[in-house]
Amino acid sequence: MSEKPQVKSSPSFFNNPRNRSIIYQLLLLFGLGYFFYSIISNTLANMEARGIQSGYDFLFNTAGFDILMSLIPYDATNTYGRTFIVGLLNTVLVSIIGIILSTMVGFIMGVAHFSHNLLIRKLATAYVETFRNIPLLLQIFFWYFAVLAALPSARQSMSLGEVIFLNVRGLYFPGLTPEGGASVVYAAIAAAIIGIFVLKRWAKKRQDDTGQQFPVLWVSLGMLFGLPLLALIVMGFPFAWDIPYLKGFNFRGGITVIPELMALALALTVYTGAFIAEAVRAGIQAVPHGQTEAARSIGLKEGKIMKLIIVPQAMRVIVPLLNSEYQSLVKNSTLATAIGYPDLFTVFVGTTLNQTGQAIEIVFMTMAVYFVVNMTISFLMNRLNSSVALTER
Amino acid sequence: MSVEQEKTNENNDDIIVIKDLNKWYGEFHVLKDINLRVKKGEKIVICGPSGSGKSTMTRCINRLEEFQRGSLTVNGVEMIEDVKNIEAIRREVGMVFQHFNLFPHLTILENLTLGPIWVQKKPKKEAEATAMKYLERVKIPDQANKFPGQLSGGQQQRVAIARSLCMNPEIMLFDEPTSALDPEMIKEVLDVMIELANEGMTMLCVTHEMGFAKKVADRVIFMDAGEIVEQNTPEEIFNNPQTDRLQLFLSQILDH
Repeated sequence: MSEKPQVKSSPSFFNNPRNRSIIYQLLLLFGLGYFFYSIISNTLANMEARGIQSGYDFLFNTAGFDILMSLIPYDATNTYGRTFIVGLLNTVLVSIIGIILSTMVGFIMGVAHFSHNLLIRKLATAYVETFRNIPLLLQIFFWYFAVLAALPSARQSMSLGEVIFLNVRGLYFPGLTPEGGASVVYAAIAAAIIGIFVLKRWAKKRQDDTGQQFPVLWVSLGMLFGLPLLALIVMGFPFAWDIPYLKGFNFRGGITVIPELMALALALTVYTGAFIAEAVRAGIQAVPHGQTEAARSIGLKEGKIMKLIIVPQAMRVIVPLLNSEYQSLVKNSTLATAIGYPDLFTVFVGTTLNQTGQAIEIVFMTMAVYFVVNMTISFLMNRLNSSVALTER
Repeated sequence: MSVEQEKTNENNDDIIVIKDLNKWYGEFHVLKDINLRVKKGEKIVICGPSGSGKSTMTRCINRLEEFQRGSLTVNGVEMIEDVKNIEAIRREVGMVFQHFNLFPHLTILENLTLGPIWVQKKPKKEAEATAMKYLERVKIPDQANKFPGQLSGGQQQRVAIARSLCMNPEIMLFDEPTSALDPEMIKEVLDVMIELANEGMTMLCVTHEMGFAKKVADRVIFMDAGEIVEQNTPEEIFNNPQTDRLQLFLSQILDH
């Protein structure tokens, strides 16, 4: 056993793990550098050969095409740059609608999974299993071509009290035009929101001092609806209704939600909601049953156990999952292009790219937008996550 | 009101009265005709092989488990399908679990004040003062602002005991409180329990710590296959077992 190979005290240069890793990293760096250099120089050479001008000057040229729906004033005489903004706002709109509604649907369906009512429980399971397993594009087509296209024509519109109308061309509901005194109503809404924060702090302090509990939720809801309502009555309803009316073959006035937006928002909501329901279910199930038992053994009521013990612990599982669901929703909104909803992808990467041929610039700008939007979502959700995370060690 | 009335109906020393208690898990008969009376201040140790129903019986007392037949009365309140009665009983009964079940998202102090604040509706300052008193009794007041995950198993179990005590219970249930602990931590938890016993707390303790049973138990109950097979003083149980089942059980746990 004395014949063991001796380990040299100074190994050769290439056998030193530190040196090796530096050499490998340098090789990789050179490789990557060459890769990008060749891509960029090739592209530039090709573009020059085909006579394509690079740069962002095209953004200031007249677009010359109409867009189905815009949140800001837009017509065909505006610039390509403005088509970018119009598309971006439409993407943000459908994303926000989708995120809010899918969160509501998801939480309700996720909690419904634990209902004592068999019917509700089975309904939640059926919802999740159905919409989670069908491709989103197919679901968008379902809502757009099968459901919304089957609606009656404008003349045979379904209506709710002759002020809200639903037909094959979209959903029409009344707008409100503020008149003198409307600012009082806005002030009342602001006061209610501030009041709720004050109330919450006061209730917490009172409980700390005296032990008495206060029904914060109900009083808050009362304030949120009561104060603006009071202001409306006192000011004699300082708004003018802008009620949609039928003129010729279509409706005029009011606010219109085009069927493309309805179909896309519905599909994104229902599809993402199914995944969020699963996330909520997973979060609640991740809280060990012993937590509920311990809470019961100190005499807490079921509602309080949910609020003080289960939800705070479930959130640390739910929040990271929500983050990726929201990001998926924003990315999936590009499927708008299949039914012609004018989101950023349809307008900018579709029409604008077709007309200008500035592929590199347009694709790059659009990628940057989705990147920034999703990083923002990530940032916000990570902040939320660190506030629900556990301290261990 | 009805709870108070029922309290006065039964006027004797027995703080827990269990009559002909039966429980099934589906087809499986877990508890068979359990009859048990516990006097105020009595210390009872429950032992038996695993699956004998000792934990299940204990958990019936604060209704973490339901039973199908028989009756159960705690401190004069009958356990019936009424939220008021269940809450009244849970207020009187503290429980310590094998796996501590501290709330990991709350600090030690918050774990202790949660019940007093939300159930007893005490002011925060008062609840915190009580909490600190009990943390001192279990000898870890310096850990008050840490989270459960930062404490050792023995410390966590002592916090769990203090959490129950904060609610001023009449009865303490212990469901294998030392089974999940490393050997060197068992003593610190048993010491707290012995001190509690010496102060006159009514205790029901499911445990295999026979040294603890000999030291504090007024009565040892041996359960097997869902039945109370034997009950007697620790001396009689350990030195003079009457049934083959208890002899077998004792030979198995004392062999090492």
